[in-house]
Amino acid sequence: MASVSVQSPTAGGMLRRPAATTGFWSWFTTVDHKKIGILYGVTAFIFFIVGGSEALLIRTQLSKPDNTLLSAGAYNQIFTMHGITMIFLVVMPMSAAFFNYLIPLMIGARDVAFPRLNAFSYWAFLFGGSFIYSSWFLGGAPNGGWFGYAPNSTTDPTIGMSFYAAGLLITGIASSAGAINLAVTVINMRAPGMSLFRLPVFVWMGLVVQLLLAFSLPIITVGLFELLFDREIGTNFFNVAKGGNPLLWQHLFWLFGHPEVYILILPAFGIISEIIPVFARKPLFGYQFVVFSGIAIGFIGFGVWAHHMFATGLGPVANTAFGISTAIIAVPTGVKIFNWMATLWRGDIRLATPMLFAIGTVTMFVIGGLSGVTHSVVPSDYQQTDTYYVIAHLHYVLFGGAIFGLFGGMYYWWPKVFGRRLGEGLGKTHFWIMLLGFNLTFGPMHILGLQGMIRREYTYPASLGLTFWNQVSSTGAFLIALSILVFIGNVVISSRRPRTFEADPWDGRTIEWMTTSPPPDYNFAEIPQVHALDDFWHRKYAEDKSGRLVPVQAGAAAEAGAHEDAGHGIHLPNPSFWPIIAAAGLPLLGYGVLFHWWMAGLGAVLVLVAFYGWALEPSAE
Amino acid sequence: MRKKVIWVLGLVTLAIAFAACAPHATQDTLQPAGPFAREEKNLFVPVFGVAVAVFLLVEGVILYFVFKYRHRAGQDRMPPQIHGNTRLEIGWTILPAVILAVVMVPTVATIWDLARKPPSDSLNVTVIGQQWWWKFQYTDADMQTAAETPGPITTANELVIPTGRVVYLTVTSGVGGIGDAAVIHSLWVPELAGKQDAIPNHENHILLQADVPGIYEGQCAEFCGLSHAIMKWHVRAVTPEDFAAWSAGQKEDAITPTGGLAATGFDTFMSGTCVQCHGIQGTDAQGIAGPNLTHFASRKCFAGCLLDNTDPADIARWLHDPTAVKEGSFMPNYHLPDDQIQALVAYLQSLK
Repeated sequence: MASVSVQSPTAGGMLRRPAATTGFWSWFTTVDHKKIGILYGVTAFIFFIVGGSEALLIRTQLSKPDNTLLSAGAYNQIFTMHGITMIFLVVMPMSAAFFNYLIPLMIGARDVAFPRLNAFSYWAFLFGGSFIYSSWFLGGAPNGGWFGYAPNSTTDPTIGMSFYAAGLLITGIASSAGAINLAVTVINMRAPGMSLFRLPVFVWMGLVVQLLLAFSLPIITVGLFELLFDREIGTNFFNVAKGGNPLLWQHLFWLFGHPEVYILILPAFGIISEIIPVFARKPLFGYQFVVFSGIAIGFIGFGVWAHHMFATGLGPVANTAFGISTAIIAVPTGVKIFNWMATLWRGDIRLATPMLFAIGTVTMFVIGGLSGVTHSVVPSDYQQTDTYYVIAHLHYVLFGGAIFGLFGGMYYWWPKVFGRRLGEGLGKTHFWIMLLGFNLTFGPMHILGLQGMIRREYTYPASLGLTFWNQVSSTGAFLIALSILVFIGNVVISSRRPRTFEADPWDGRTIEWMTTSPPPDYNFAEIPQVHALDDFWHRKYAEDKSGRLVPVQAGAAAEAGAHEDAGHGIHLPNPSFWPIIAAAGLPLLGYGVLFHWWMAGLGAVLVLVAFYGWALEPSAE
Repeated sequence: MRKKVIWVLGLVTLAIAFAACAPHATQDTLQPAGPFAREEKNLFVPVFGVAVAVFLLVEGVILYFVFKYRHRAGQDRMPPQIHGNTRLEIGWTILPAVILAVVMVPTVATIWDLARKPPSDSLNVTVIGQQWWWKFQYTDADMQTAAETPGPITTANELVIPTGRVVYLTVTSGVGGIGDAAVIHSLWVPELAGKQDAIPNHENHILLQADVPGIYEGQCAEFCGLSHAIMKWHVRAVTPEDFAAWSAGQKEDAITPTGGLAATGFDTFMSGTCVQCHGIQGTDAQGIAGPNLTHFASRKCFAGCLLDNTDPADIARWLHDPTAVKEGSFMPNYHLPDDQIQALVAYLQSLK
């Protein structure tokens, strides 16, 4: 029996600190931001398949009038879960995957500021999402919409909306911790010379998103607690019979919900702001304006929430004010689009798959942005709100914008993460099928909405005259599904090809392309000294007096590439059991509130013990 | 290239042809039938036009740039490194702001116009959304019933209005106390007006008016629980003369049948549990939880406008098992024998 010496890594700790950084079990204890990024990405993609399947069920049900495939009860659960899944369990964590993996690499850091907290965020997200999904087996899934309007959500007799409230509180903890972590990382962990205005736009958008999260999540947290308390312990926040105010929920929800829209779209804006300059071989046009317009969108995003409530009777003063503020937010958004266009101007545009997705994002987002402007025209919004016109709008923004952008990011950074490219042929096939399917699905919804098709109805009679465009839309949905199968096929096929380990496959501009692909645990053998915006590009190319590019002598670029003997003596945080243990207590707390209070006690004890162990954990070396 | 263009043009033509063949949508916001819906449409259409113009311009420029500046094989061109241009930035910040400011002028004017007080001769109706049907109460002094204790003319799922007269609706949400909940609904009849949410403990207002007689379909637009999709209703606009006749009829007590199957149905109704929820003016049935049935047969539809009042088979199907027809309905299934159902159908159809 080996005796434990005082110098051993376990000294003072409650659990032996795990040491393995490879192998299956290391994924459960890892604190490496790159591995956590991959975990986020894989999990979000699985939820994407689930949420997409729910969408296919919705479109199948609506493909003909008076369809009886789904009952009203089943349909209400499915459309609710589709919204919750795509927003909270797909786009947010997929963005978190990119931020986690890339922010430290792009700012020249070895990890995030709080590696164990990072792991905790991931596990809390995974357990929170699984908690919500467990509702299917424990009495029924949430059925009051992702917006969960009270008092419908508080009076519904099934347990679903309790799962909604408790589950989103758990994923909210994950997002809050992640937001603080990444914001601190960007502010404090930048490489020497990486001043704020040398940060890649993607990192800037990351910072804005984390701050939006940090300031908007507390608002929804208040709302979710009130909803949960109304349902589970009989408080009366939204109970009209006892003088509660149902509109209070809408204000709390949308005061979070609108910044949330920008939380979902700004990561994609950041991604394409990286892709377009690389594939146009020009610097981003108006860098400062793109950054500041992103910040402006973040600020104004907190001042437009009541445009979701124009029909609630707020009165002409409020409707005027929020109509105008909504129109104003189009201005900084337009600035971004014009700058991307100007980046294309006179470029040398290479239409590789990442660039196709980036251009797809811009063109599709323009449609969503313009239909958004029509919503600021309050009286016409009286007609369009709660119709398929809004569904069309939000999908052009969140699918045409966010999802297209995220796929662009996957194709772009795939070689960095896995050391091999995804196939170009299949990638382009994926893009064109998805673009066609997307427009067939959501384009007709503009018409359906204007023709009076309301949202969230599980069926419609043939007499409404909506059948044709619904059929077109449902056909498109299956084309999108086909395109996702092409993507999966691409991943499988490319993973069987030998790795190429290209460090810089696209002739990149930012410093993550300086290190090896995939990057070593420690990211950079030597932390790069940053001298300029697009530092890596300037190591490769100089500009002559007329702005033309001149390649720099070969060899100069490889400064920070990994050397054979690199990585010795670099201190990295050790893996830990505590993040996953602490996160495991959270769903127990949730089940406790919903079913048996003793489970909540167990969950609370587990969280507290884990935090105690976490605090006392020695740093292995 | 030319082949591709022909393909695209062909597909577009095909799509338009299909669209033209599609039947007329009965809740079309672009086919307004009254001044208020028309005001909203007249605002939307030009704004949509501006949006389409911006769309074509932006997308056109993007596609042009992508085509013109695309990388050509074998050519290793180093593009000029242009970092930005402050004057352009200021220009494309101000230009959209100006366009939006221009759009906002008629927008704000219309917001205030639609929020105006109704004229003194408007028809006033209180609308109460319930899970999952609409109750309409005509609150004007000349619209009170001739019952022993007069009350407002009350209908369900059908709002009858005279053409050419402003209707001022007070919209709220209520509860029958039979297991249903007071939740938020949204009143919508697209061809006559935009939406107005029906919120418990709140009174909202909306104006509507129909130009010509006809049936204008509508439905609840805010998700309100299990049967949200089947919370439809309609406005039946009639000439002022027909409206006077209609309201005179509505004020009268229900006719009590004196013989035949309808009389049996009357006895069944009054001796059963029906009276606990349903009111029939001039009888002992004074329930208020469910729709008022006094002039049931004068209306076109029931059960959230899912079923046809004039179709005995529909009424029988409903009485046989309400929740089988409309998921979640708060009308219980009393497992009535067929002969009772037939009698009740006869009675209900006599309530003109």
